[in-house]
Amino acid sequence: MPSPYLPNTDADRSTMLSEIGVSSSDELFKDVPKEFRNAQFKLPPPLSELELKEELRQLSNLNANLDDYSCFLGAGFYRHFIPSVIGHITGRSEFYTAYTPYQAEASQGTLQTIYDYQSLICQLTRMEVSNAGMYDGSTAAAEAALMACRITRRDKVAVLSTVNPRYYQVIDTYARGHDIPLDKVEPDSVNLPPDYACLIVQQPNFFGYFEAIKSYVQKAHEVGTLLIVIVDPISLGIFKPPGDYGADIVVAEGQSLGNPISFGGPGLGIFTCRKEYLRQMPGRIVGKAVDVDGQTGYVLTLSTREQHIRREQATSNICTNEALVTLAVTVYLTTLGKNGLRRVAELCYHQAHYAADVIGKLKGYSLTFQQPFFKEFVVRCPVAPSQINQALFNENIIGGLEVSHLIDNGMLFCITEVNTKQEIDRLVKILEGLANGA
Amino acid sequence: MEHKSLPSISQPDKIGCSLPPLEVPPSKLPPKELLRQELGLPEVSEGELVRYFTSLSKFNYGVDTGFYPLGSCTMKYNPKWHEEVAKLPGFTSVHPYQPIDSVQGALRLMSELQELLTEITGMAATSLAPMAGSQGELANILMVKAYHQSRGDKIRQKILLPDSAHGTNPATSAMCGFKAVTIPSNDKGNLDIKSLKSMMNEEVAALALTIPTTLALFDPQIAEISQLVHERGGLLFGDGANLNSLLGRVKFGDLGFDCVQLNLHKTFSTPHGGGGPGSGPVCVKPILTDFLPSPSVTKNRGKYIFTSSTKTIGSLGAAYGNFGVMIKAYAYIRSLGAEGLKEVSENAVINANYLKEKLKAYYYLPYDRTCLHEVVFSGKRQKAKGIRTLDIAKRLLDYGFHPPTIYFPLVVEEAIMIEPTETESKETLDAFIDAMKKIAKEAEENPEILHTAPHNTPIRRLDEATAARKLDLRW
Repeated sequence: MPSPYLPNTDADRSTMLSEIGVSSSDELFKDVPKEFRNAQFKLPPPLSELELKEELRQLSNLNANLDDYSCFLGAGFYRHFIPSVIGHITGRSEFYTAYTPYQAEASQGTLQTIYDYQSLICQLTRMEVSNAGMYDGSTAAAEAALMACRITRRDKVAVLSTVNPRYYQVIDTYARGHDIPLDKVEPDSVNLPPDYACLIVQQPNFFGYFEAIKSYVQKAHEVGTLLIVIVDPISLGIFKPPGDYGADIVVAEGQSLGNPISFGGPGLGIFTCRKEYLRQMPGRIVGKAVDVDGQTGYVLTLSTREQHIRREQATSNICTNEALVTLAVTVYLTTLGKNGLRRVAELCYHQAHYAADVIGKLKGYSLTFQQPFFKEFVVRCPVAPSQINQALFNENIIGGLEVSHLIDNGMLFCITEVNTKQEIDRLVKILEGLANGA
Repeated sequence: MEHKSLPSISQPDKIGCSLPPLEVPPSKLPPKELLRQELGLPEVSEGELVRYFTSLSKFNYGVDTGFYPLGSCTMKYNPKWHEEVAKLPGFTSVHPYQPIDSVQGALRLMSELQELLTEITGMAATSLAPMAGSQGELANILMVKAYHQSRGDKIRQKILLPDSAHGTNPATSAMCGFKAVTIPSNDKGNLDIKSLKSMMNEEVAALALTIPTTLALFDPQIAEISQLVHERGGLLFGDGANLNSLLGRVKFGDLGFDCVQLNLHKTFSTPHGGGGPGSGPVCVKPILTDFLPSPSVTKNRGKYIFTSSTKTIGSLGAAYGNFGVMIKAYAYIRSLGAEGLKEVSENAVINANYLKEKLKAYYYLPYDRTCLHEVVFSGKRQKAKGIRTLDIAKRLLDYGFHPPTIYFPLVVEEAIMIEPTETESKETLDAFIDAMKKIAKEAEENPEILHTAPHNTPIRRLDEATAARKLDLRW
């Protein structure tokens, strides 16, 4: 059977080969030395759409999908409500089968939505400029650190110890390229010597609570160090945006804004900064322009920062990023709008506080931190968190993230607007039973 | 026709979705200093916002719209059913940190994809962690660096690359602390061996090579190049952007490469998304497996687990790479098999050579030899008449085609880089050839119509220079 993806018939091919002036397609590979030309490939035999769809459906069923479970797991990837309109827009193939909008006249859809995205992200974070996105939140943080080194011409980076450990690891990988030392600093003892390019803080932090951010801004700026803040974008529905407290570069994971978790990818690295640092920013940027008839349109701009123009002098090697996720975020923020995002943030806040309150009162359980928090909190459990998670899983519940390597018997719970009161009450009941059994 | 703006359709007290009421007793809000004052997001009803984005989509051109011969980007057709399977809840609604026993389907798919790509490239192991080709390059060059350092070899500070290399190659080298040094190509478009011999010394960590080259030419000296690099202690790093031309025929491993990075969104038919998400797996030889990014998927006593190599370069993201993209590439490879992959490269190469033969009388062909999956012309004949390649590209829009890649590779003056891919029919190619011929004629007879192109797009040629000077980056 012919392949559905190859439109040319044998007759077409033979006409084309004769136009080319060769007798067989093998001749077209004559520059490949003979010994390399006919490699053998041990691959499984091809399957039809019908067969493979069934196989993949069965494979997907081997995963516990969160639609069938109650889930209290977050730690950087979050389950939030995804309005159906998003999938319908991102599913338009004019968007998803296009590529980087190099030809502006044929790409105004992508370009204008990126311009909208940059605007929405600036509104949300109250930062001055945004790029079109990085791979994920952690690589955005890593690129922010490298950018801070370029701006300050310093080559040491400080990361607050309450930053997501996975983000720390990725920053470390990127820092290795330039042999930049990475120092983990403790919140209580932040006393910055004047040789750090930046201090990286997460707000709210990995454990869910809010840092006393003002003191970090002050301490960093006193010694010419830039403050990089990693935020939870949903929290900005009600909490103070980083642009209002003096952050220099702000990054975030954008997955929670209208995208499924997808086993951790694709996500989106939100990346914003103060205007004065714009020319050191990595990634694509879209700007407004005027065409020959005086009409408004949009173009990729400031490309002289980028690899295809500046090569080894570029601000980053990034080119393809996560454009379709950027579109999803744009549609999400438009759909929820001012009142919707605030509402989602409020639901998260109140439901998480309700859960923390009841769990904290259970015999044997206690809340580790007393600081204000948003939707995540650490609970010290009476038994090993792994044991609790196993028991919860048996009840169709995905429990929190075990953090016992950081906090004795600690578990990081996450509650969002998709967790119903009924679910929370059920979780509490099971936790109570487990304590009694301990 | 200028498109309306998002703020212009926003009005107070509108919303695009409904949300549930609060079921729990409200808690006290934290101190005011932690709270925000105002939130400047738009307010639009559902129907209005759907119309806004739908009408914007019509201002876009994708592979589904028509021929998209963007060289180096492999804009092939993206099978629809891949989108459907990638959206199965068992794939999308899965958390990266949930218990390993509850994600065995995802791990099995990743493990099998690792094996498939290892076999396709003829390497020893694969990591799926990089989220795009450029991040795959970063992983490869970091591995090169770690490899030399692990041997106590610290004087290798240079990465050699041909003058036809992608811009990401030098940019990545710089990100990894290396100095990028350019090697010239010879008049046939191959690497100049004499220069390589004189430049390849103990200061060179690796040679970065795209094969076939960005001129879509297969460098027949590959075995000699590999030998030269290796005997002087360097590694051979492959940019796999052009794998579409070698699928099912040639293995990178056989050619002497120590590491390559692939682009699943190019070669393996996952949609380009308007600029991502992509996926850029790296495949390596045994000498580099200890350095692979973390984590890899392995099978242990019938169970799939995540493992980390002993001398790993570290993590590249907060999870395991762009899983959603991997599913589609997996489906593509499994639906084609070895023979199907071979047909892909065969048809891609026939299509490119057909375009070359049909157009070379009209556009200057700097390297008149058999090409592989794409063909690079120069607009220098037209330039002599005051027409730039940019004008030709813009005029193609009037004929309903997405323009090819232009001004790359840099070694070709006024470059026009056309990659038809295997999923285009002779009929489409003939229509494109016809348009290109007409444009060549217009360049002779009516150059003004090219200078002022495009004429039929909703927005016409935009003033990029002013846009970069008077920056307007948000509303």
